[in-house]
Amino acid sequence: MRRRNVVFLLLVLLLAAAATGCSKKESDVIKIGVFEPITGANAAGGQLEVEGIKLANKLYPEVLGKKVELVIADNKSDKVEAATAAARLVEKDKVTAIIGSWGSSLSMAAGDIVRQGKVPTVGASCTNPLVTAGNDYYFRVCFIDPFQGTVMANYAYSKLGAEKAAVIQEVNNDYAVGLAKFFMDSFKQLTGDENCIVALANYNTGDQDFSAQLTNVKAQNPDVIFAPGNFTESALIISQARKLGITCPIIGGDTWETQEFLDIGQEAVEGAVFSTFFATEKPITEESAKFITAYRDEYNKEPAAVAALGYDAYILILDAIKRAGATDRVKLRDEIAKTENFPGAAGIITLDANGDAVKNAVIKVVKGGKFTYLDTIAPQQ
Amino acid sequence: MSIDLFLQHLSNGISLGSLYALIAIGYTMVYGILRLINFAHGDIFMMATYFAFFGIATFRIPWFITFPLVLVLTAALGMGVEAVAYRPLRDAPKISLLISAIGASFFLENLTIVLFGGVPRPFPAPKLFTDVVQVGTVAIQKLTFYIPIVTVLALLGLVYLINKTKTGMAMRAVSMDHETAQVMGININRTISFTFGLGSLLAAVGGIMWGMKFPQIQPLMGVVPGLKCFIAAVIGGIGNIGGAVIGGFILGIGEIMLVAFLPNLTGYRDAFAFVLLILILMSKPTGILGEKTAEKV
Repeated sequence: MRRRNVVFLLLVLLLAAAATGCSKKESDVIKIGVFEPITGANAAGGQLEVEGIKLANKLYPEVLGKKVELVIADNKSDKVEAATAAARLVEKDKVTAIIGSWGSSLSMAAGDIVRQGKVPTVGASCTNPLVTAGNDYYFRVCFIDPFQGTVMANYAYSKLGAEKAAVIQEVNNDYAVGLAKFFMDSFKQLTGDENCIVALANYNTGDQDFSAQLTNVKAQNPDVIFAPGNFTESALIISQARKLGITCPIIGGDTWETQEFLDIGQEAVEGAVFSTFFATEKPITEESAKFITAYRDEYNKEPAAVAALGYDAYILILDAIKRAGATDRVKLRDEIAKTENFPGAAGIITLDANGDAVKNAVIKVVKGGKFTYLDTIAPQQ
Repeated sequence: MSIDLFLQHLSNGISLGSLYALIAIGYTMVYGILRLINFAHGDIFMMATYFAFFGIATFRIPWFITFPLVLVLTAALGMGVEAVAYRPLRDAPKISLLISAIGASFFLENLTIVLFGGVPRPFPAPKLFTDVVQVGTVAIQKLTFYIPIVTVLALLGLVYLINKTKTGMAMRAVSMDHETAQVMGININRTISFTFGLGSLLAAVGGIMWGMKFPQIQPLMGVVPGLKCFIAAVIGGIGNIGGAVIGGFILGIGEIMLVAFLPNLTGYRDAFAFVLLILILMSKPTGILGEKTAEKV
């Protein structure tokens, strides 16, 4: 027993030595934190963004003659874990900037931490307005939900001819609740009917059984169902809806664009329509073409929009570091805020006063088990 | 609410309830024999779905071969967990065993994340089970019929095994007193190992059914069902197999009805299980069919 303890102690010491050994040459590298859900319910989305970020890091490994090192922090798809992960990046790893997170709730959990730590943070695909509102240090390279909600309401009203809509929202997800609200506001305006939303059903992240909600929705006989939420739950909702005999179109938001949505939903998600940021069928800039080719080479699959956005967040930060000429976080923040007409892989990025990108939305549909481009919608000026 | 709508809700509730019941049986049996709350039960259940996933999706083995294979593998896994995490603590206080069980649970979860990744995967459910039958306007998945049947068969099989066979007698003897049972010539290690194998096998049956009903699997999928089925077992009277079935149905039907009739409270769906637990424990501390004697955990 005694000897075993000694061996254990030696092991611990060895590990500790190894851990401190790594962090010596700090001045030669610029650390960028990657704050994403690698595990848990949002893992598929988070990993897509990480793929995009890693690809960007591979193509652009240096800035100001220093190597850029990615520090990946898993926020475990959990708001509490997210705050811890962000605090670790800010306080322990002392990163220059942070990218992330997939999921607005997770991003918002980090909001105060990055603001107080003065670490400029660029979200890739978090679309809830509250992520950047009132936070000088949070930016994003994607559009926001008021626009996305309008786009989908318009689609339901003019393309599908829907008069009555049902909404099923992931009630503890700020992204889904926000998007659902903007959809309902916009749909009411379009139809001119206050009672056009015939059912509003809720569910929790991680739920697997939606039969009760769907049975209630079915009884209201809607023309269309808007179901913003996480891709796993959404895929289960759609397949359970079809099994219950609900035949109307089911539409959603950008979070659906993951391979897992197709794998879990299988033939049930055929015909599902959602808004997103970018389509490989319509490369927008030179950077898009470069990104698409490199991504296909690296991962042997088609890039999702969120991968392109992760890529954009990285190159945008690098560009700002270049312009700032230093890694001073406050200076860097000011440079990011000045970003204008920056050519990213998922479109031209101009940040507005809130730090949000203003750009086009793309509508995609699931056809033959693949995401297929349907339409591009420009923001109203 | 029309009668059709109510029937649809009821059918949904029975379907969910029988699933809870199936998993709760395994929980309660291990407790009944060993007086140990096996917190790793939910994770063994999760591992079973992964075994089925790899069998069908990766190695392309037909489901009727994969499923029995999964049962065997999962039973072996349960015995392995017992040998590593519980057997060395046989004479330790019960609380150490409980902590070890929680440790085993975390270990299995994180092992799965490391080995298979945290990304959810689709469960390859055979069409035969997932087809839908229309009864009037009520749509019922075939699984809704199969799951209660499987649950009842498991219940009957277990009751027979425990009460009528020699192994069952050994299990009951071990549950009363380890040392005396050993003195009487019962190999307690083998008996306990068998109990875990059996409990894990039931978890595997539950896992396969769960996977077919909710075809999405991920490393943490066992946590919430594990907790809820533990609650179902406690509601029914932990240690009592019939009680676990009753508890499972109460919980499943209750949850569905809560969401169906009080849609605004949907967010409190998981809380409902715990509130119900508190209410039942306040009025009947040993659960609905629980034994009268107070037990220390």
